Amino acid sequence: MLFLAHWWDLRDLGNPVAQFLEVLNDHGPGWLPYVASALIGCVAIVLFLVPSQMVIVWAERRLIGRIQARRGPNRTGPWGIFQTIADTVKLLAKEAITTRHVDRWVFWLAPILIFIPGILVFAVVPFGEGMVLADLNVGVLFLAAVGSVNVIIVFMAGWSSNNKYALLGAMREVSMLISYEIPQVLTLLGVVIFTNTMSLSGVVHWQDHYNTWLIFLQPLALVIYFISASVEINRSPTDIAEAESEIVAGYHTEYSGIKFGFFYAGEYFAGFAIAAVMTALYLGGWTFWGLEEWVPGWMIFLGKLYLLFWLFIWARGTLPRLRADQLMAFSWKFLLPLTLVNIFVGGLEVLLWQENDLSAGVVLPVFAVVNVALAVGLSVAWARFLGHARPDLRPRRALLVKELGAIVYGQEF
Amino acid sequence: MDDTGTVVAFWILTIVTLGSALSVVIVRNLLHAVLSLILSFVGVAGLYITLSADFVAVAQVLIYAGAISVLILFAMMLTPRTARDNAETFLQGPALMLAGLTAATIAGVAAATDWSEATRGPFATTAEAIGEALLNRYVLPFEIASVVLLVAMVGAIVLVRED
Repeated sequence: MLFLAHWWDLRDLGNPVAQFLEVLNDHGPGWLPYVASALIGCVAIVLFLVPSQMVIVWAERRLIGRIQARRGPNRTGPWGIFQTIADTVKLLAKEAITTRHVDRWVFWLAPILIFIPGILVFAVVPFGEGMVLADLNVGVLFLAAVGSVNVIIVFMAGWSSNNKYALLGAMREVSMLISYEIPQVLTLLGVVIFTNTMSLSGVVHWQDHYNTWLIFLQPLALVIYFISASVEINRSPTDIAEAESEIVAGYHTEYSGIKFGFFYAGEYFAGFAIAAVMTALYLGGWTFWGLEEWVPGWMIFLGKLYLLFWLFIWARGTLPRLRADQLMAFSWKFLLPLTLVNIFVGGLEVLLWQENDLSAGVVLPVFAVVNVALAVGLSVAWARFLGHARPDLRPRRALLVKELGAIVYGQEF
Repeated sequence: MDDTGTVVAFWILTIVTLGSALSVVIVRNLLHAVLSLILSFVGVAGLYITLSADFVAVAQVLIYAGAISVLILFAMMLTPRTARDNAETFLQGPALMLAGLTAATIAGVAAATDWSEATRGPFATTAEAIGEALLNRYVLPFEIASVVLLVAMVGAIVLVRED
Protein backbone atom coordinates (compact mmCIF):
# COMPACT_ATOMS: atom_id res chain seq x y z
CA MET A 1 0.00 0.00 0.00
CA LEU A 2 1.05 3.54 -0.73
CA PHE A 3 0.63 5.22 2.64
CA LEU A 4 0.27 2.31 5.08
CA ALA A 5 2.70 0.33 7.19
CA HIS A 6 0.49 -2.78 7.20
CA TRP A 7 -2.25 -3.73 4.82
CA TRP A 8 -4.68 -4.36 7.66
CA ASP A 9 -4.47 -0.72 8.69
CA LEU A 10 -6.93 -0.22 5.86
CA ARG A 11 -9.75 -1.53 8.06
CA ASP A 12 -10.00 1.91 9.60
CA LEU A 13 -10.25 4.26 6.65
CA GLY A 14 -8.98 7.05 8.90
CA ASN A 15 -5.48 5.49 8.85
CA PRO A 16 -4.68 5.95 5.15
CA VAL A 17 -6.14 9.45 5.25
CA ALA A 18 -4.02 10.33 8.27
CA GLN A 19 -0.92 8.96 6.55
CA PHE A 20 -1.75 10.87 3.39
CA LEU A 21 -2.17 14.08 5.37
CA GLU A 22 1.17 13.50 7.04
CA VAL A 23 2.81 13.17 3.64
CA LEU A 24 1.13 16.42 2.57
CA ASN A 25 2.28 18.08 5.77
CA ASP A 26 5.89 17.09 5.10
CA HIS A 27 5.98 18.11 1.47
CA GLY A 28 3.47 20.90 1.03
CA PRO A 29 2.57 24.32 2.38
CA GLY A 30 1.10 24.57 5.88
CA TRP A 31 -2.51 25.11 4.87
CA LEU A 32 -2.65 22.13 2.49
CA PRO A 33 -3.44 19.39 5.09
CA TYR A 34 -6.39 21.41 6.44
CA VAL A 35 -7.93 21.99 3.03
CA ALA A 36 -7.25 18.38 2.00
CA SER A 37 -8.79 16.90 5.15
CA ALA A 38 -11.88 19.08 4.79
CA LEU A 39 -12.26 18.06 1.13
CA ILE A 40 -11.73 14.34 1.85
CA GLY A 41 -14.19 14.46 4.73
CA CYS A 42 -16.91 16.23 2.75
CA VAL A 43 -16.53 13.96 -0.27
CA ALA A 44 -16.57 10.87 1.95
CA ILE A 45 -19.72 11.99 3.75
CA VAL A 46 -21.56 12.72 0.51
CA LEU A 47 -20.28 9.47 -0.99
CA PHE A 48 -21.80 7.66 1.95
CA LEU A 49 -25.07 9.61 2.05
CA VAL A 50 -26.20 9.62 -1.56
CA PRO A 51 -25.89 5.88 -2.36
CA SER A 52 -27.30 4.99 1.08
CA GLN A 53 -30.26 7.21 0.38
CA MET A 54 -30.83 5.61 -3.04
CA VAL A 55 -30.81 2.11 -1.56
CA ILE A 56 -32.76 2.92 1.60
CA VAL A 57 -35.57 4.65 -0.29
CA TRP A 58 -36.06 1.50 -2.32
CA ALA A 59 -35.75 -0.74 0.76
CA GLU A 60 -38.19 1.40 2.68
CA ARG A 61 -40.80 1.27 -0.07
CA ARG A 62 -40.44 -2.48 -0.36
CA LEU A 63 -40.59 -2.98 3.41
CA ILE A 64 -43.57 -0.71 3.89
CA GLY A 65 -45.27 -2.52 1.05
CA ARG A 66 -44.59 -5.72 2.92
CA ILE A 67 -45.93 -4.29 6.19
CA GLN A 68 -49.06 -2.97 4.52
CA ALA A 69 -49.74 -6.21 2.64
CA ARG A 70 -48.97 -4.87 -0.84
CA ARG A 71 -46.07 -5.43 -3.18
CA GLY A 72 -44.25 -2.13 -3.36
CA PRO A 73 -42.21 -1.17 -6.43
CA ASN A 74 -41.36 -4.34 -8.33
CA ARG A 75 -41.28 -3.43 -12.04
CA THR A 76 -37.95 -1.68 -12.68
CA GLY A 77 -35.24 -4.33 -12.55
CA PRO A 78 -35.21 -7.40 -10.32
CA TRP A 79 -37.31 -6.68 -7.17
CA GLY A 80 -37.63 -3.14 -8.46
CA ILE A 81 -34.14 -2.13 -7.36
CA PHE A 82 -33.82 0.54 -10.07
CA GLN A 83 -36.97 2.27 -8.89
CA THR A 84 -35.08 5.05 -7.10
CA ILE A 85 -32.98 5.77 -10.18
CA ALA A 86 -36.10 5.91 -12.33
CA ASP A 87 -37.76 8.24 -9.82
CA THR A 88 -34.72 10.50 -9.68
CA VAL A 89 -34.67 10.79 -13.46
CA LYS A 90 -38.39 11.52 -13.41
CA LEU A 91 -37.97 14.25 -10.79
CA LEU A 92 -35.11 15.81 -12.76
CA ALA A 93 -37.12 15.80 -15.96
CA LYS A 94 -40.26 17.30 -14.44
CA GLU A 95 -40.95 20.97 -14.66
CA ALA A 96 -39.93 22.89 -11.54
CA ILE A 97 -42.90 25.19 -11.25
CA THR A 98 -42.65 28.50 -9.46
CA THR A 99 -46.11 29.77 -8.77
CA ARG A 100 -47.06 33.42 -8.88
CA HIS A 101 -46.59 35.72 -5.89
CA VAL A 102 -44.14 33.44 -4.16
CA ASP A 103 -41.25 34.96 -2.29
CA ARG A 104 -38.84 33.97 -5.04
CA TRP A 105 -35.50 34.09 -3.22
CA VAL A 106 -36.63 32.26 -0.13
CA PHE A 107 -38.65 29.82 -2.21
CA TRP A 108 -35.55 28.77 -4.17
CA LEU A 109 -33.19 28.89 -1.23
CA ALA A 110 -35.14 26.53 1.05
CA PRO A 111 -34.72 23.26 -0.94
CA ILE A 112 -30.98 23.91 -1.23
CA LEU A 113 -30.50 24.72 2.44
CA ILE A 114 -32.51 21.69 3.58
CA PHE A 115 -29.43 19.48 3.05
CA ILE A 116 -27.16 21.47 5.31
CA PRO A 117 -28.23 20.31 8.80
CA GLY A 118 -28.29 16.63 7.83
CA ILE A 119 -24.83 16.77 6.30
CA LEU A 120 -23.34 18.98 9.03
CA VAL A 121 -24.22 16.43 11.71
CA PHE A 122 -21.97 13.87 10.04
CA ALA A 123 -18.98 16.15 10.57
CA VAL A 124 -18.84 15.16 14.24
CA VAL A 125 -19.99 11.54 13.91
CA PRO A 126 -17.21 8.99 14.47
CA PHE A 127 -17.62 6.26 11.85
CA GLY A 128 -14.55 4.46 13.20
CA GLU A 129 -11.84 5.06 15.72
CA GLY A 130 -10.04 7.57 13.51
CA MET A 131 -12.85 8.26 11.08
CA VAL A 132 -14.26 11.54 12.27
CA LEU A 133 -14.03 14.75 10.30
CA ALA A 134 -14.11 17.20 13.20
CA ASP A 135 -13.94 15.77 16.70
CA LEU A 136 -15.45 18.80 18.42
CA ASN A 137 -15.25 18.77 22.18
CA VAL A 138 -18.75 20.26 22.26
CA GLY A 139 -20.07 17.67 19.81
CA VAL A 140 -23.30 16.85 21.66
CA LEU A 141 -24.24 20.50 21.92
CA PHE A 142 -23.35 20.93 18.26
CA LEU A 143 -25.90 18.23 17.40
CA ALA A 144 -28.61 20.07 19.29
CA ALA A 145 -27.66 23.35 17.64
CA VAL A 146 -27.63 21.96 14.11
CA GLY A 147 -30.88 20.09 14.65
CA SER A 148 -32.64 23.26 15.69
CA VAL A 149 -31.74 25.01 12.43
CA ASN A 150 -33.79 22.54 10.40
CA VAL A 151 -37.04 24.18 11.43
CA ILE A 152 -36.07 27.57 10.00
CA ILE A 153 -35.57 26.05 6.57
CA VAL A 154 -38.91 24.27 6.71
CA PHE A 155 -40.49 27.52 7.78
CA MET A 156 -38.85 29.34 4.88
CA ALA A 157 -40.36 26.82 2.47
CA GLY A 158 -43.81 27.00 4.00
CA TRP A 159 -43.99 30.76 4.37
CA SER A 160 -42.58 31.69 0.98
CA SER A 161 -44.93 29.36 -0.92
CA ASN A 162 -47.87 31.76 -0.55
CA ASN A 163 -50.17 28.84 0.08
CA LYS A 164 -52.46 28.24 3.03
CA TYR A 165 -51.61 24.57 3.37
CA ALA A 166 -47.90 25.29 3.17
CA LEU A 167 -48.28 27.93 5.85
CA LEU A 168 -50.22 25.55 8.07
CA GLY A 169 -47.46 22.99 7.63
CA ALA A 170 -44.82 25.55 8.51
CA MET A 171 -46.74 26.64 11.57
CA ARG A 172 -47.14 23.06 12.73
CA GLU A 173 -43.45 22.45 12.20
CA VAL A 174 -42.44 25.44 14.28
CA SER A 175 -44.78 24.63 17.16
CA MET A 176 -43.68 20.99 17.02
CA LEU A 177 -40.03 21.92 17.19
CA ILE A 178 -40.58 24.22 20.16
CA SER A 179 -42.27 21.33 21.96
CA TYR A 180 -39.82 18.57 21.12
CA GLU A 181 -36.49 20.35 21.23
CA ILE A 182 -36.58 20.49 25.01
CA PRO A 183 -36.91 16.72 25.67
CA GLN A 184 -34.41 16.05 22.89
CA VAL A 185 -31.69 18.26 24.34
CA LEU A 186 -32.41 17.11 27.89
CA THR A 187 -31.99 13.44 26.94
CA LEU A 188 -28.59 14.26 25.47
CA LEU A 189 -27.73 15.73 28.86
CA GLY A 190 -28.25 12.29 30.42
CA VAL A 191 -25.49 10.90 28.20
CA VAL A 192 -23.15 13.75 29.10
CA ILE A 193 -23.76 13.21 32.82
CA PHE A 194 -22.56 9.60 32.55
CA THR A 195 -19.68 10.00 30.14
CA ASN A 196 -18.43 13.38 31.43
CA THR A 197 -17.58 14.43 27.88
CA MET A 198 -19.43 16.13 25.04
CA SER A 199 -17.25 14.80 22.26
CA LEU A 200 -18.95 12.03 20.30
CA SER A 201 -15.84 9.91 19.98
CA GLY A 202 -15.26 10.52 23.68
CA VAL A 203 -18.69 9.02 24.37
CA VAL A 204 -17.89 6.01 22.17
CA HIS A 205 -14.53 5.56 23.92
CA TRP A 206 -16.29 5.68 27.29
CA GLN A 207 -18.66 2.92 26.19
CA ASP A 208 -15.69 0.95 24.86
CA HIS A 209 -13.76 1.39 28.10
CA TYR A 210 -16.58 0.24 30.38
CA ASN A 211 -17.78 -2.43 27.96
CA THR A 212 -21.30 -1.15 28.23
CA TRP A 213 -23.55 0.66 25.83
CA LEU A 214 -25.48 3.62 27.07
CA ILE A 215 -28.72 2.04 25.86
CA PHE A 216 -28.58 -0.02 29.06
CA LEU A 217 -27.85 2.93 31.31
CA GLN A 218 -30.19 5.36 29.54
CA PRO A 219 -33.00 3.26 28.02
CA LEU A 220 -35.67 5.89 28.69
CA ALA A 221 -33.50 8.59 27.15
CA LEU A 222 -32.98 6.54 24.01
CA VAL A 223 -36.71 6.06 23.51
CA ILE A 224 -37.44 9.73 24.14
CA TYR A 225 -34.63 10.78 21.82
CA PHE A 226 -35.94 8.46 19.13
CA ILE A 227 -39.43 9.96 19.37
CA SER A 228 -38.34 13.57 19.45
CA ALA A 229 -35.84 13.01 16.66
CA SER A 230 -38.50 11.49 14.46
CA VAL A 231 -40.62 14.57 15.14
CA GLU A 232 -37.72 16.80 14.23
CA ILE A 233 -37.07 15.11 10.89
CA ASN A 234 -40.78 14.94 10.06
CA ARG A 235 -41.20 11.25 9.63
CA SER A 236 -44.50 9.50 9.95
CA PRO A 237 -46.18 8.91 12.47
CA THR A 238 -45.14 12.40 13.58
CA ASP A 239 -45.13 14.08 10.18
CA ILE A 240 -48.00 16.45 10.89
CA ALA A 241 -46.08 19.24 9.14
CA GLU A 242 -46.64 17.46 5.82
CA ALA A 243 -49.66 15.31 6.65
CA GLU A 244 -50.96 14.44 3.20
CA SER A 245 -54.42 13.48 4.42
CA GLU A 246 -54.93 16.83 6.13
CA ILE A 247 -52.95 19.62 4.49
CA VAL A 248 -52.02 18.25 1.01
CA ALA A 249 -48.26 18.05 1.48
CA GLY A 250 -47.69 20.64 4.16
CA TYR A 251 -44.74 22.92 3.72
CA HIS A 252 -43.69 21.50 0.34
CA THR A 253 -47.12 21.66 -1.30
CA GLU A 254 -45.94 24.15 -3.93
CA TYR A 255 -42.68 22.41 -4.72
CA SER A 256 -42.52 20.28 -7.83
CA GLY A 257 -39.89 18.35 -9.72
CA ILE A 258 -36.40 18.18 -8.31
CA LYS A 259 -37.18 20.85 -5.71
CA PHE A 260 -39.56 18.39 -4.10
CA GLY A 261 -36.88 15.73 -4.59
CA PHE A 262 -34.48 17.86 -2.55
CA PHE A 263 -36.90 17.93 0.36
CA TYR A 264 -37.43 14.21 0.03
CA ALA A 265 -33.69 13.48 0.01
CA GLY A 266 -33.04 16.00 2.78
CA GLU A 267 -35.48 14.14 4.98
CA TYR A 268 -33.51 10.94 4.48
CA PHE A 269 -30.21 12.67 5.14
CA ALA A 270 -31.58 14.02 8.40
CA GLY A 271 -32.87 10.54 9.23
CA PHE A 272 -29.44 9.01 8.67
CA ALA A 273 -27.94 11.77 10.79
CA ILE A 274 -30.29 10.99 13.67
CA ALA A 275 -29.63 7.27 13.36
CA ALA A 276 -25.88 7.93 13.32
CA VAL A 277 -26.13 10.08 16.42
CA MET A 278 -28.12 7.44 18.26
CA THR A 279 -25.62 4.79 17.17
CA ALA A 280 -22.70 6.78 18.52
CA LEU A 281 -24.36 7.93 21.73
CA TYR A 282 -26.41 4.95 22.80
CA LEU A 283 -25.33 1.88 20.82
CA GLY A 284 -21.58 2.07 21.29
CA GLY A 285 -20.69 3.45 17.86
CA TRP A 286 -18.01 1.34 16.20
CA THR A 287 -17.55 -1.00 19.18
CA PHE A 288 -19.09 -4.43 19.44
CA TRP A 289 -17.50 -6.14 22.47
CA GLY A 290 -14.38 -7.30 20.66
CA LEU A 291 -15.79 -7.79 17.21
CA GLU A 292 -14.23 -4.50 16.14
CA GLU A 293 -10.85 -6.25 16.29
CA TRP A 294 -11.90 -8.41 13.35
CA VAL A 295 -14.42 -6.39 11.41
CA PRO A 296 -13.77 -2.79 10.30
CA GLY A 297 -15.33 -0.43 12.81
CA TRP A 298 -17.18 1.57 10.19
CA MET A 299 -18.97 -1.58 9.01
CA ILE A 300 -20.25 -2.20 12.54
CA PHE A 301 -21.25 1.45 12.76
CA LEU A 302 -23.15 1.34 9.47
CA GLY A 303 -24.82 -1.93 10.48
CA LYS A 304 -26.15 -0.34 13.64
CA LEU A 305 -27.15 2.78 11.72
CA TYR A 306 -29.23 0.86 9.20
CA LEU A 307 -30.76 -1.22 11.98
CA LEU A 308 -31.90 1.96 13.69
CA PHE A 309 -33.21 3.33 10.43
CA TRP A 310 -35.22 0.16 10.07
CA LEU A 311 -36.95 1.16 13.31
CA PHE A 312 -37.96 4.43 11.66
CA ILE A 313 -39.31 2.51 8.68
CA TRP A 314 -41.15 0.11 10.96
CA ALA A 315 -42.73 2.93 12.93
CA ARG A 316 -43.76 4.61 9.69
CA GLY A 317 -45.33 1.48 8.34
CA THR A 318 -47.20 0.53 11.48
CA LEU A 319 -48.31 3.54 13.46
CA PRO A 320 -51.11 5.93 12.50
CA ARG A 321 -50.34 9.63 12.36
CA LEU A 322 -50.94 11.57 15.54
CA ARG A 323 -53.17 14.62 15.68
CA ALA A 324 -51.37 17.93 16.10
CA ASP A 325 -52.68 18.62 19.59
CA GLN A 326 -52.00 15.04 20.71
CA LEU A 327 -48.41 15.40 19.58
CA MET A 328 -47.92 18.64 21.54
CA ALA A 329 -49.58 17.27 24.66
CA PHE A 330 -47.42 14.15 24.44
CA SER A 331 -44.27 16.22 24.53
CA TRP A 332 -45.20 18.60 27.33
CA LYS A 333 -47.16 16.29 29.57
CA PHE A 334 -45.45 12.97 29.03
CA LEU A 335 -41.93 13.29 27.68
CA LEU A 336 -40.75 16.40 29.52
CA PRO A 337 -41.42 15.17 33.10
CA LEU A 338 -39.91 11.79 32.29
CA THR A 339 -36.77 13.42 30.87
CA LEU A 340 -36.34 15.50 34.01
CA VAL A 341 -36.69 12.38 36.17
CA ASN A 342 -34.19 10.64 33.90
CA ILE A 343 -31.62 13.40 34.40
CA PHE A 344 -32.21 13.35 38.14
CA VAL A 345 -31.74 9.58 38.34
CA GLY A 346 -28.66 9.69 36.13
CA GLY A 347 -27.07 12.43 38.19
CA LEU A 348 -27.82 10.61 41.42
CA GLU A 349 -26.26 7.41 40.12
CA VAL A 350 -23.12 9.13 38.90
CA LEU A 351 -22.78 10.91 42.25
CA LEU A 352 -23.17 7.61 44.12
CA TRP A 353 -20.59 6.00 41.87
CA GLN A 354 -18.00 8.76 41.94
CA GLU A 355 -18.29 9.82 45.55
CA ASN A 356 -18.05 6.30 46.98
CA ASP A 357 -15.33 5.15 44.55
CA LEU A 358 -17.30 2.04 43.66
CA SER A 359 -15.96 -0.36 41.06
CA ALA A 360 -17.52 0.14 37.63
CA GLY A 361 -17.89 -3.59 37.08
CA VAL A 362 -20.33 -3.84 39.99
CA VAL A 363 -22.10 -0.52 39.72
CA LEU A 364 -22.88 -0.35 36.03
CA PRO A 365 -24.83 -3.64 35.82
CA VAL A 366 -26.83 -2.60 38.90
CA PHE A 367 -27.54 0.79 37.35
CA ALA A 368 -28.53 -0.89 34.10
CA VAL A 369 -31.08 -3.14 35.81
CA VAL A 370 -32.42 -0.27 37.91
CA ASN A 371 -32.68 2.05 34.95
CA VAL A 372 -34.43 -0.42 32.67
CA ALA A 373 -36.92 -1.18 35.43
CA LEU A 374 -37.36 2.52 36.14
CA ALA A 375 -37.88 3.28 32.46
CA VAL A 376 -40.66 0.75 32.10
CA GLY A 377 -42.21 1.51 35.48
CA LEU A 378 -42.10 5.27 35.09
CA SER A 379 -43.60 5.33 31.61
CA VAL A 380 -46.43 3.00 32.63
CA ALA A 381 -47.10 4.81 35.90
CA TRP A 382 -47.02 8.26 34.34
CA ALA A 383 -49.28 7.17 31.50
CA ARG A 384 -51.74 5.74 34.03
CA PHE A 385 -51.56 8.96 36.02
CA LEU A 386 -52.39 10.98 32.92
CA GLY A 387 -55.19 8.56 32.15
CA HIS A 388 -53.84 7.33 28.82
CA ALA A 389 -53.53 3.61 29.33
CA ARG A 390 -56.94 2.30 30.34
CA PRO A 391 -56.46 -1.46 30.33
CA ASP A 392 -60.20 -2.11 30.52
CA LEU A 393 -60.75 -0.33 27.20
CA ARG A 394 -57.88 -2.02 25.43
CA PRO A 395 -58.40 -5.23 23.48
CA ARG A 396 -56.19 -8.03 24.74
CA ARG A 397 -54.86 -8.73 21.27
CA ALA A 398 -54.90 -7.04 17.90
CA LEU A 399 -58.24 -7.47 16.14
CA LEU A 400 -58.35 -8.29 12.47
CA VAL A 401 -60.49 -6.22 10.17
CA LYS A 402 -62.79 -9.11 9.38
CA GLU A 403 -63.43 -9.79 13.06
CA LEU A 404 -64.76 -6.27 13.37
CA GLY A 405 -67.17 -7.02 10.55
CA ALA A 406 -65.66 -4.75 7.91
CA ILE A 407 -65.65 -5.35 4.18
CA VAL A 408 -62.41 -6.52 2.58
CA TYR A 409 -62.01 -6.27 -1.18
CA GLY A 410 -65.77 -6.07 -1.67
CA GLN A 411 -66.20 -9.44 -0.05
CA GLU A 412 -68.32 -9.64 3.06
CA PHE A 413 -67.16 -11.72 6.01
CA MET B 1 -4.62 35.63 14.74
CA ASP B 2 -1.44 35.52 12.71
CA ASP B 3 -2.12 32.72 10.26
CA THR B 4 -3.81 33.53 6.99
CA GLY B 5 -6.77 31.19 7.51
CA THR B 6 -7.97 32.93 10.65
CA VAL B 7 -7.57 36.37 9.13
CA VAL B 8 -9.49 35.42 5.99
CA ALA B 9 -12.21 33.75 8.08
CA PHE B 10 -12.42 36.80 10.33
CA TRP B 11 -12.96 39.20 7.44
CA ILE B 12 -15.48 36.96 5.68
CA LEU B 13 -17.43 36.50 8.93
CA THR B 14 -17.29 40.20 9.69
CA ILE B 15 -18.65 41.09 6.27
CA VAL B 16 -21.41 38.46 6.56
CA THR B 17 -22.38 39.54 10.07
CA LEU B 18 -22.40 43.26 9.41
CA GLY B 19 -23.97 42.93 5.97
CA SER B 20 -26.84 40.81 7.21
CA ALA B 21 -27.27 43.02 10.29
CA LEU B 22 -27.56 46.00 7.99
CA SER B 23 -30.11 44.26 5.81
CA VAL B 24 -32.21 43.50 8.92
CA VAL B 25 -32.79 47.24 9.18
CA ILE B 26 -32.97 48.01 5.47
CA VAL B 27 -35.13 45.32 3.83
CA ARG B 28 -38.86 45.93 3.70
CA ASN B 29 -40.00 42.29 3.89
CA LEU B 30 -40.28 41.17 7.49
CA LEU B 31 -39.41 37.53 6.74
CA HIS B 32 -36.26 38.61 4.90
CA ALA B 33 -35.34 40.74 7.88
CA VAL B 34 -35.72 37.78 10.26
CA LEU B 35 -33.70 35.51 7.98
CA SER B 36 -30.95 38.12 7.77
CA LEU B 37 -31.01 38.31 11.54
CA ILE B 38 -30.45 34.53 11.70
CA LEU B 39 -27.55 34.80 9.26
CA SER B 40 -26.11 37.54 11.42
CA PHE B 41 -26.38 35.30 14.51
CA VAL B 42 -24.57 32.52 12.66
CA GLY B 43 -21.86 34.96 11.61
CA VAL B 44 -21.35 35.98 15.23
CA ALA B 45 -21.06 32.29 16.13
CA GLY B 46 -18.32 32.00 13.49
CA LEU B 47 -16.52 34.94 15.07
CA TYR B 48 -16.65 33.14 18.42
CA ILE B 49 -14.99 30.14 16.77
CA THR B 50 -12.13 32.30 15.51
CA LEU B 51 -11.70 33.36 19.15
CA SER B 52 -11.53 29.60 20.00
CA ALA B 53 -14.67 29.88 22.16
CA ASP B 54 -16.35 26.85 20.62
CA PHE B 55 -18.81 26.29 23.47
CA VAL B 56 -20.06 29.85 23.26
CA ALA B 57 -20.27 29.55 19.47
CA VAL B 58 -22.40 26.43 19.58
CA ALA B 59 -24.56 27.88 22.33
CA GLN B 60 -25.02 30.98 20.16
CA VAL B 61 -26.30 28.87 17.27
CA LEU B 62 -28.49 26.77 19.56
CA ILE B 63 -30.08 29.65 21.45
CA TYR B 64 -30.10 32.56 19.01
CA ALA B 65 -30.31 30.94 15.58
CA GLY B 66 -32.29 27.95 16.83
CA ALA B 67 -34.60 29.19 19.57
CA ILE B 68 -34.90 32.98 19.66
CA SER B 69 -35.35 33.31 15.92
CA VAL B 70 -37.94 30.53 15.96
CA LEU B 71 -39.81 32.52 18.59
CA ILE B 72 -39.63 35.60 16.36
CA LEU B 73 -40.94 33.56 13.42
CA PHE B 74 -43.72 32.24 15.63
CA ALA B 75 -44.68 35.72 16.72
CA MET B 76 -44.57 36.91 13.12
CA MET B 77 -46.82 34.11 12.01
CA LEU B 78 -49.41 34.55 14.75
CA THR B 79 -49.59 38.34 14.65
CA PRO B 80 -52.89 39.30 13.03
CA ARG B 81 -51.69 41.98 10.66
CA THR B 82 -52.45 42.11 6.99
CA ALA B 83 -49.27 43.87 5.88
CA ARG B 84 -46.25 42.25 7.45
CA ASP B 85 -43.66 44.71 6.28
CA ASN B 86 -40.59 45.94 8.05
CA ALA B 87 -41.97 49.46 8.33
CA GLU B 88 -40.84 52.42 10.39
CA THR B 89 -42.16 52.50 13.91
CA PHE B 90 -42.32 55.01 16.69
CA LEU B 91 -39.65 53.01 18.52
CA GLN B 92 -36.86 54.28 16.23
CA GLY B 93 -35.49 56.74 18.77
CA PRO B 94 -35.28 54.32 21.72
CA ALA B 95 -33.89 51.60 19.45
CA LEU B 96 -31.13 53.87 18.20
CA MET B 97 -30.29 54.84 21.76
CA LEU B 98 -30.20 51.22 22.91
CA ALA B 99 -28.03 50.21 19.96
CA GLY B 100 -25.67 53.08 20.70
CA LEU B 101 -25.40 52.09 24.37
CA THR B 102 -24.73 48.46 23.45
CA ALA B 103 -22.06 49.45 20.97
CA ALA B 104 -20.46 51.73 23.56
CA THR B 105 -20.44 48.94 26.15
CA ILE B 106 -18.84 46.47 23.74
CA ALA B 107 -16.28 49.05 22.64
CA GLY B 108 -15.46 49.82 26.28
CA VAL B 109 -14.98 46.13 27.11
CA ALA B 110 -12.88 45.60 23.99
CA ALA B 111 -10.67 48.54 24.90
CA ALA B 112 -10.29 47.36 28.50
CA THR B 113 -9.42 43.78 27.54
CA ASP B 114 -5.79 42.79 27.30
CA TRP B 115 -5.73 41.07 23.91
CA SER B 116 -2.11 39.97 24.00
CA GLU B 117 -1.98 36.26 24.70
CA ALA B 118 1.57 36.52 26.03
CA THR B 119 0.63 38.56 29.11
CA ARG B 120 -2.90 37.34 29.71
CA GLY B 121 -2.90 33.68 28.79
CA PRO B 122 -5.78 31.98 26.95
CA PHE B 123 -9.39 32.58 28.00
CA ALA B 124 -11.16 29.79 29.88
CA THR B 125 -13.87 29.17 27.32
CA THR B 126 -14.46 25.45 27.71
CA ALA B 127 -17.81 24.12 28.83
CA GLU B 128 -16.24 23.01 32.10
CA ALA B 129 -14.84 26.42 32.97
CA ILE B 130 -18.12 28.15 32.08
CA GLY B 131 -20.10 25.67 34.17
CA GLU B 132 -17.77 26.17 37.15
CA ALA B 133 -18.06 29.93 36.83
CA LEU B 134 -21.86 29.84 36.58
CA LEU B 135 -22.28 27.62 39.63
CA ASN B 136 -19.61 29.18 41.83
CA ARG B 137 -18.69 32.76 41.18
CA TYR B 138 -21.79 33.87 39.26
CA VAL B 139 -24.34 31.68 40.99
CA LEU B 140 -26.50 34.61 42.10
CA PRO B 141 -27.06 36.14 38.61
CA PHE B 142 -27.60 32.63 37.30
CA GLU B 143 -30.29 31.89 39.87
CA ILE B 144 -31.90 35.29 39.38
CA ALA B 145 -32.08 34.66 35.64
CA SER B 146 -33.75 31.30 36.20
CA VAL B 147 -36.26 32.83 38.62
CA VAL B 148 -37.06 35.54 36.07
CA LEU B 149 -37.65 32.89 33.43
CA LEU B 150 -39.86 30.93 35.81
CA VAL B 151 -41.91 34.04 36.58
CA ALA B 152 -42.31 34.74 32.88
CA MET B 153 -43.45 31.18 32.27
CA VAL B 154 -45.96 31.19 35.13
CA GLY B 155 -47.20 34.59 33.97
CA ALA B 156 -47.74 33.35 30.44
CA ILE B 157 -49.72 30.38 31.72
CA VAL B 158 -51.83 32.56 34.01
CA LEU B 159 -52.54 34.99 31.16
CA VAL B 160 -53.91 32.39 28.77
CA ARG B 161 -55.66 30.11 31.24
CA GLU B 162 -59.33 29.99 30.50
CA ASP B 163 -60.95 28.87 33.75
